[in-house]
Amino acid sequence: MAEEAILGYLENHEEISDSGEFAAERGIDHAEIVNVVKSLHGFRFVDTQDIKRETWVLTEEGKKYAAEGSPEVQLFLAVPAEGSISKDELQKKLDSGIFKIGCTQAGKNKWVEMGKHISRKVQHVEDKVKDLLLRIQDGKTIDKDDINSLKARKLIVLQTWKGYSVRKGPNYAPKRKKPATDLTRENLQRGDWKELEFKEYNFSAKGPPPECGHLHPLNKVKDRLKDIFRQLNFEEMPTNRYVESSFWNFDALFQPQQHPARDSHDTFFLQVPSTTRQLPEDYVEQVKEVHESGGYGSRGYGYEWKRDEANKNLLRTHTTAISSQMLYALAQHAKVHPFSPKRYFSIDRVFRNEAVDRTHLAEFHQIEGLVCDRGLTLSHLIGILEDFFSRLGMSKLRFKPAYNPYTEPSMEIFSYHEGFGKWVEIGNSGMFRPEMLRPMGFPEDVSVIAWGLSLERPTMILYGIDNIRDLFGHKVDLTLMKRNPLCLIGIR
Amino acid sequence: MPTVNVVRDRLFAALGRTYTQEEFEDLCFSFGIELDDVTTDEAISRKERHEEEKANENEEIIYKIEVPANRYDLLCLEGLAQALRIFNKQDKTPTYTVANISKESMHKMQVKPETSSIRPYIVCAVLRDITFDEASYNSFIDLQDKLHQNICRRRTLVAIGTHDLDTLQGPFTYEALPPQDINFIPLKQVKKYRADELMEFYREHDLKLKKFLHIIENSPVFPVLYDSNRTVLSLPPIINGAHSAITLKTKNVFIECTATDLTKAKIVLNTMVTTFSAYCKRKFEVEPVEVIYSDGKAYVYPDLSSYNMEVPLSYITGSIGVSFRAEEVTSLLNRMQLQAEQSVSDADQCNINVSIPPSRSDVLHPCDVMEDVAIAYGYNNIPKRKLPSLKPLALNQLEDLIRVEVAMNGFTEVLTWILCSYRENFSMLNKKDDGSTAVIVGNPRSSDFEAVRTSLMPGALKIVGHNKDHPKPIKIFEVGDVVHLDESKDVGAANRRLLAALYCGTNSGFELIHSLVDRVMEVMGTPFVPVGDNTGYYIQCSDAPEFLQGRQASIIYKGKRIGIFGIVHPEVLNNFDVPDPCSFLELDIESFL
Repeated sequence: MAEEAILGYLENHEEISDSGEFAAERGIDHAEIVNVVKSLHGFRFVDTQDIKRETWVLTEEGKKYAAEGSPEVQLFLAVPAEGSISKDELQKKLDSGIFKIGCTQAGKNKWVEMGKHISRKVQHVEDKVKDLLLRIQDGKTIDKDDINSLKARKLIVLQTWKGYSVRKGPNYAPKRKKPATDLTRENLQRGDWKELEFKEYNFSAKGPPPECGHLHPLNKVKDRLKDIFRQLNFEEMPTNRYVESSFWNFDALFQPQQHPARDSHDTFFLQVPSTTRQLPEDYVEQVKEVHESGGYGSRGYGYEWKRDEANKNLLRTHTTAISSQMLYALAQHAKVHPFSPKRYFSIDRVFRNEAVDRTHLAEFHQIEGLVCDRGLTLSHLIGILEDFFSRLGMSKLRFKPAYNPYTEPSMEIFSYHEGFGKWVEIGNSGMFRPEMLRPMGFPEDVSVIAWGLSLERPTMILYGIDNIRDLFGHKVDLTLMKRNPLCLIGIR
Repeated sequence: MPTVNVVRDRLFAALGRTYTQEEFEDLCFSFGIELDDVTTDEAISRKERHEEEKANENEEIIYKIEVPANRYDLLCLEGLAQALRIFNKQDKTPTYTVANISKESMHKMQVKPETSSIRPYIVCAVLRDITFDEASYNSFIDLQDKLHQNICRRRTLVAIGTHDLDTLQGPFTYEALPPQDINFIPLKQVKKYRADELMEFYREHDLKLKKFLHIIENSPVFPVLYDSNRTVLSLPPIINGAHSAITLKTKNVFIECTATDLTKAKIVLNTMVTTFSAYCKRKFEVEPVEVIYSDGKAYVYPDLSSYNMEVPLSYITGSIGVSFRAEEVTSLLNRMQLQAEQSVSDADQCNINVSIPPSRSDVLHPCDVMEDVAIAYGYNNIPKRKLPSLKPLALNQLEDLIRVEVAMNGFTEVLTWILCSYRENFSMLNKKDDGSTAVIVGNPRSSDFEAVRTSLMPGALKIVGHNKDHPKPIKIFEVGDVVHLDESKDVGAANRRLLAALYCGTNSGFELIHSLVDRVMEVMGTPFVPVGDNTGYYIQCSDAPEFLQGRQASIIYKGKRIGIFGIVHPEVLNNFDVPDPCSFLELDIESFL
């Protein structure tokens, strides 16, 4: 209504000279007129000039006196025309504020005789204050001295009134179309989409968050890694077996029974089921033999190998526990059939009885790759590592001699991290020892090259996560889990 | 692939035995041809007329046989029968000869220079003293038709004319004349036409011949063949003259092939004469014709010499993957119409000397010989050699597919720990440990690692408990392994792979979890069936302590309970410090394999 009034008026008139008057003439709230003028101005329908007017208005106190009379008059009227009234009695007749101000003002005006008893000095008074207040209330002007005295008594204050003079703006039209926010089916059916004016989008804000499902970042990286392994002709090992015997986890790998990794503070041993009930006995004998007194050119460890130790169940500390069983099966197969080379990989959970901190959990995922073939060399191992890691975007590698009970030579793999500006350890590798392979039944010329790394480490680097607990486990922040991007290793 | 229609009983007569359809199909299959359809002439014509009459029992059975596109020698019954008889070791490959006659007594074909602008080549031959019966006569006509359709590319490359030689008088001329100057009675007509009028006539009245007119109609001269009496033999590639038409009684057949492609013309001529010289008095002998071009160059056709090829035995055995001895290879090749013998070259390399008859124009390279060895040996007798390949892990692949599917249903994947506290695995789930389910760690460093989970529920609830501020609803899932004690396993325990999904919101979201169950079953191709039906899945009330009474159900898949879903028990929620209602699903995905 206000908008129609303004635009309609301007159609035939040059100017609305005063929005306040304009509002008053039409009985529209001025605040509403101001809102519409502001909005029209924003779309350049109108040009405006500010008008500022200052007027005196009554304070709450002023309003009260305008209605009830000034305190001095009230006091005067409370004093009897004849005689006097005691101060205490007079105080009882008036409320305390009125009494106090009334006394001061009436005294000042010499209307009454102040003292213990109060009596009139004049018989008739005029309530000039009330009159003045009423005049101001009616918007009339009064002279400056009166203003000053009322202002001094805080009965009036100056109020600034803001309004506009309004003229047509560059986009003026007698009627404003409401900008559309969206294209609707009705627009299409009615065909009025041609006339629609759209409200501009705000592209500095993001769209609303999508409702969708999400995959876990570790699994995204795992999927890519599995693909890379398949590109390199590696076959996935069935690693869905967390409970393992010490035999397959350690002994078969020529890891001596006194090795510190077999201590209870590194490995989760089991209360239930505490021991393994079944092992391939012939092979166990071979393993015992090679641990105790060697063979195949080895001196062995020269200690008394205990079956009880081998029988102890544990949660596997590495997926190599599965590799040892896969290799054993391959060697058994090769006893009856021609030996066929194999490439195996796995990415699965392993368990370490370690203290949990920013970079360590009691569970993590191990990535493992191994090649079993004739005539493999250290050079092949370096070559396959180069091939594998360059597909992960790590092409600058170097290798550090290291110790690992079941590989010889053993190499730690370092990659130069451009972001960190330094060499970081990314994995471990080596050639399996003959003391591990020969008891399985492999011919002498068959060797195995293998490497391993954790899935968490590259994932943390990739997704910029510096606390492993933010990535894996129940303390993760679901919001962060939902924001992780695609894993593009091997693609970009 | 071209299809040849042969009368079954005639074919069997030619093969010297009858076959059941299955036996015959097997024979075709191993030779590399295919019995496409079994029908009758009457059935074919009924089909053409769109009639549905009943078949007459006396109708002659027709075999429609599909032959390889490069085996022109198999385009008629005679060729097929001969190839199969040789394949069956009933016959030896014949030796085709050109009759030894003097140049003077040889028929001559003079080629006029004008032909070079329209159809420059011609090859000819005579089948002397031939005896047709109705079937062989029809076959002779049909073969020309098949050749025209296939190798001759609808007469554009080669056109065949066959004539009763006894009605003609050599020497012959192959000319190219303006159409107005050519006048003759064409085959199947009684009056003379001028060539240009004839073209118009065929355009109007002959659906079959109409298709060939374009080959010459825009040329100022038309190719035409005359005998010495100016009798028109033919107006190639459109029509023969009526005068020299062959009949059942024809004894001597003059064959001419005019062409734009000389190699194909020779193949066509050889195919015609090698196949039908079998009906001549002097079997497999063909009388030559001399073709003399205007520049004086003269050629004698047909060229029935064999093409010789030395093929190393190692090439054959190496390509097929069977270590044949040389004698085996030669005898196998003999079954494929290829004369072969071990060549006596140097000691290191054993070669097979292969003589390729004129009927086998498809043999270009030793690889064609090698293929014939393999066919004769039988593709299905060749041992299988496997290339290295990778065995997939079905469970992991299924897991990956299901994970993506559940994420597509709007759930967010989580990965939780396999180890949990003893209480989380039992009492906090309102469960009692009877000692028969969970793997228990002997030396845990903290209470977080006391037991191996037997359910994915604690992990999911712990996530919700740690994400209280996350906007609701929370929809999470996990596919992961649990471990159960298992007496039958060497270590006494075994993993199982489960799918878990959890909904947490201001209400329980039970329907949403229910619909996820249905969706998983749908993507597994499992129908929803009535209770008790073991062909699909159904849902049945359950009574598990971790779920609210009356708000939970088992999932029965093919008669086996594979999962459970329901509203999580409020006490359990409280135990895990979860203030909002949750519904939870747990499903054993290994059961789908």
